[in-house]
Amino acid sequence: MKFGVVVFPGSNCDHDAFHALGAVLHQPVEFLWHQSEQVSGFDAIILPGGFSYGDYLRTGAIARFSPVMRAVEKFARSGGLVLGICNGFQILCEAGLLPGVLQRNAGMRFVCRQVHIRVETTDTPFTAMAKPGQVLQIPIAHGDGNYFCDEATLADLERHRQIVFRYTTPEGREDAAANPNGSLANIAGVCNREHNVVGLMPHPERAVEAALGSDDGLVIFRSLIESLTRRASVSA
Amino acid sequence: MLDTEIKVTLELAAEHGLSAEEYARIQKILGRDPNFTELGIFSVMWSEHCSYKSSKVHLRRLPTRGPQVLQGPGENAGVVDIGDGLTAAFKMESHNHPSYVEPFQGAATGVGGILRDIFTMGARPIAVLDSLRFGPIGSGTTDEETVARNRRIVDGVVRGIAHYGNCFGVPTVGGEVQFEAGYSANPLVNVLALGIAKKEDLFFAKARGAGNPVIYVGAKTGRDGIHGASLLASAEFTEESQQKRPNVQVGDPFMEKLLLEACLEAMQTGAVVAIQDMGAAGLTSSSCEMASRGGLGIEIELARVPQREPGMTPYEMMLSESQERMLLVAERGREQEVLRVFAKWGLDAVEIGRVTEDGLVRVLHHGKIAAEIPAHPLAEEGPVYQRPLAAPAPVANERLVEFGAAGADLTDNFRKLLAAPAIASKHWIWEQYDYMVRTNTLEGPGAGDAAVVRVKGTKRALALASDGNGRWSRLDPFVGAQLAVTEAARNVACSGAKPWAATNCLNFGSPEKPEVMWQFSRAIDGIAAACIALEIPITGGNVSFYNETLGRSIDPTPVLGVLGIMEDASRALGMAFRAEGDVILLLDGLASAETSRREFSSSEYARTIHGIVAGAPPAVNLSAEKKLIAALVALAGEGKLQSAHDVSDGGLAVTLAESCFASDGLSARVSLAGKEPDEAALFGERGARAVVSVTSENLAAVRRIAAQYELAVLEIGRVSRGEFRIELNGRIAISSDTPSLADAWNGALEKLLSTNRLGKTE
Repeated sequence: MKFGVVVFPGSNCDHDAFHALGAVLHQPVEFLWHQSEQVSGFDAIILPGGFSYGDYLRTGAIARFSPVMRAVEKFARSGGLVLGICNGFQILCEAGLLPGVLQRNAGMRFVCRQVHIRVETTDTPFTAMAKPGQVLQIPIAHGDGNYFCDEATLADLERHRQIVFRYTTPEGREDAAANPNGSLANIAGVCNREHNVVGLMPHPERAVEAALGSDDGLVIFRSLIESLTRRASVSA
Repeated sequence: MLDTEIKVTLELAAEHGLSAEEYARIQKILGRDPNFTELGIFSVMWSEHCSYKSSKVHLRRLPTRGPQVLQGPGENAGVVDIGDGLTAAFKMESHNHPSYVEPFQGAATGVGGILRDIFTMGARPIAVLDSLRFGPIGSGTTDEETVARNRRIVDGVVRGIAHYGNCFGVPTVGGEVQFEAGYSANPLVNVLALGIAKKEDLFFAKARGAGNPVIYVGAKTGRDGIHGASLLASAEFTEESQQKRPNVQVGDPFMEKLLLEACLEAMQTGAVVAIQDMGAAGLTSSSCEMASRGGLGIEIELARVPQREPGMTPYEMMLSESQERMLLVAERGREQEVLRVFAKWGLDAVEIGRVTEDGLVRVLHHGKIAAEIPAHPLAEEGPVYQRPLAAPAPVANERLVEFGAAGADLTDNFRKLLAAPAIASKHWIWEQYDYMVRTNTLEGPGAGDAAVVRVKGTKRALALASDGNGRWSRLDPFVGAQLAVTEAARNVACSGAKPWAATNCLNFGSPEKPEVMWQFSRAIDGIAAACIALEIPITGGNVSFYNETLGRSIDPTPVLGVLGIMEDASRALGMAFRAEGDVILLLDGLASAETSRREFSSSEYARTIHGIVAGAPPAVNLSAEKKLIAALVALAGEGKLQSAHDVSDGGLAVTLAESCFASDGLSARVSLAGKEPDEAALFGERGARAVVSVTSENLAAVRRIAAQYELAVLEIGRVSRGEFRIELNGRIAISSDTPSLADAWNGALEKLLSTNRLGKTE
């Protein structure tokens, strides 16, 4: 089992994802340079947070054209597990691997704080070990996290259980005050129709050690590891 | 017209900020008249900002040595040993004038500049703190136009810091903000950055090896920022200052992030001999300083410099302050290894010259000599001034606070104090900063007295705090400066860390005014006295003079940044109360002291409630501070405390309230006794005190340890739920439900600052 953390120029949570997987969860993990044209040998790919290529045109808009993204797309389309965090989520949306877009925060300011998200479906390789409706405390840090999609897409997301996380109060109540960025329907993370690609704005890699304020993000990585282990035993 | 055709005269030198004596000195060094480019080079190198010509004689009085100090003042940053073969590089710098002219870019490039100073040393930046000073933002504090402008400056500066730090990927973990009338036309933006490097990976800006190639890396050179150091940073402001906007540089944090990764990777090849960032005075200072420090010369060909626009003159290229550029010296024969790394990161890297033996900085433009100056005299033999000092006349008949009658209910005043911008929660500001990236932040903004970041791969953590009170330093610069040191050190100790070293940023008015120079000299003496007593060496810093507009100086503002070290990161302490029933103790280094009327008149309470800023800052007792600091470090190290928070702005009442607000819905019931007037007891800002909470089981141990340090321990109350109450000599002085107090404190800044461009509240 091997994890790949993609490094775009301007990625700045790459080391954090690497630390979470390697030092905290003791998993084999390697960096994947943005110019890599293939991702063979990796079992799961993390697109980390940051400001890929400076995010000057629009968040994620340039990164989607990088060589590594062609490989990631192929990997994802063949069922490979891909997790996009923050800028990684933005890139997955730009690349069309996930539905919807991420706009400027409703308050027009960057927001960094601990938030609460509710697990909306445990039917993904990233949430399989969570309890349905479990509330996780995980921090956000973004200026463009305001999720939006059209009504038809939203209905589609609901129908196919593609909404993975919603911003809620600590008690799990979904209300406007718990929504830090104006996201449509309090959406914090979604997956593709096949449920093998997940993107979310909060940073689970910052929530894997209690000393840093929360270790609620562990359940996401443990689910991922568990899913990969199961896949490996099935294919063996 | 070519530069060389512009005739250099005394008048032209004066326009460059050079005096007649300085011009004569240039003629003597060169043995001839300088040409136009050379004049430009001298003017920036000898500007106050780059040469420290007015401050040098005073800075020598600061203590800079200690067994932990690996690099003191004089390099890009100070460096201290933090154990396990690791070092911490840290420094503070100002970007005041640019932040007034263009708040967003001024603040952004301030962050960029200090980050480059850190990674130039081979250290990866892991934390940033900001010390900000603005004019009043409260309605009715001054005329509406000024208030509106101050709010715009706050907004721009905060966005600028956020933009640069967040994109670069360094957490902004702390700092402080003050609002005072004197900063309306001259805000202060001081940025402190901290980086970590292995001892063997440290780099210095010292050229070696004649014949070695000089390589330019990073952003292209443009016409931005020309004369930033000499005209923006080294002269006071006038009504025309807004026209200086083209002198402010424009920052690109993405480029800086690439530069960071590429530089650290290039350093690992072993083929880099020396490296220096192009900050103030750009190509000029980087080439001159590297040559001078190495006792060598440098020859560069400007035609090879990557340029953003055609037709730039040697003068413009040498003086450009375009951001995100570095100059490095590589080992001859291994330059390809270095160039390959920069190519990987998509950065320009061009060999533009070589190290020479002749000790000259020789600048060529298409093969023709554009400037030729001896490096050492240029960099090190600039003018040094012993400027005249004069104490200002004492204030006659100043109005002091009249203490109210004993036994009054002071809840309403307390509520007002909590909502004063200086006291109120700063979350509106720090939530715009990514304070968690790099996953090291154990105590972020608002969580403790100091920011605490762990050092991965070790058990240790580092704490950082900055402090400086301009109001106190104006009333007494000697005492005010000491208080900046003691408060920052106390803050670090409250987080559980031992104060280890300090950096400073000294913000003053024009050094040509004897009163300002007197303030400066007294502040240096104050810093020196406190740092010697507390055994905290100063490893570097920055002097920012000419902080004045239309002839009015700012309050003298020495800002101290103290770095602390803690052996066991799991012992890091926050200010939040932790559990109902815990005992609240006041640790007091000087239990017999009282706050006098004069001292109280300089407090935040006096200003907010009585509109009085007068008298004197609280007297400092360095041995009491030392005892308190040592005791806090020992208590935290043994894991005996639940929380710690020092008594400072707003006094004991505010300290207690903040420990409640930071907690998970807890409150406090406290009863105090004493002879001090009520307001002084509750809101006096006398130092050497901290409020800690402890479990009942640990109470005896805490008393025993505190006794070893001869520290008074007063049991003043219990952590509770529900009502926040302080009794004074048996009568209720403050009582309120905690959430309503918390709301006043939490929402105040947001209410004032959360306006959109039309001036309406969001």
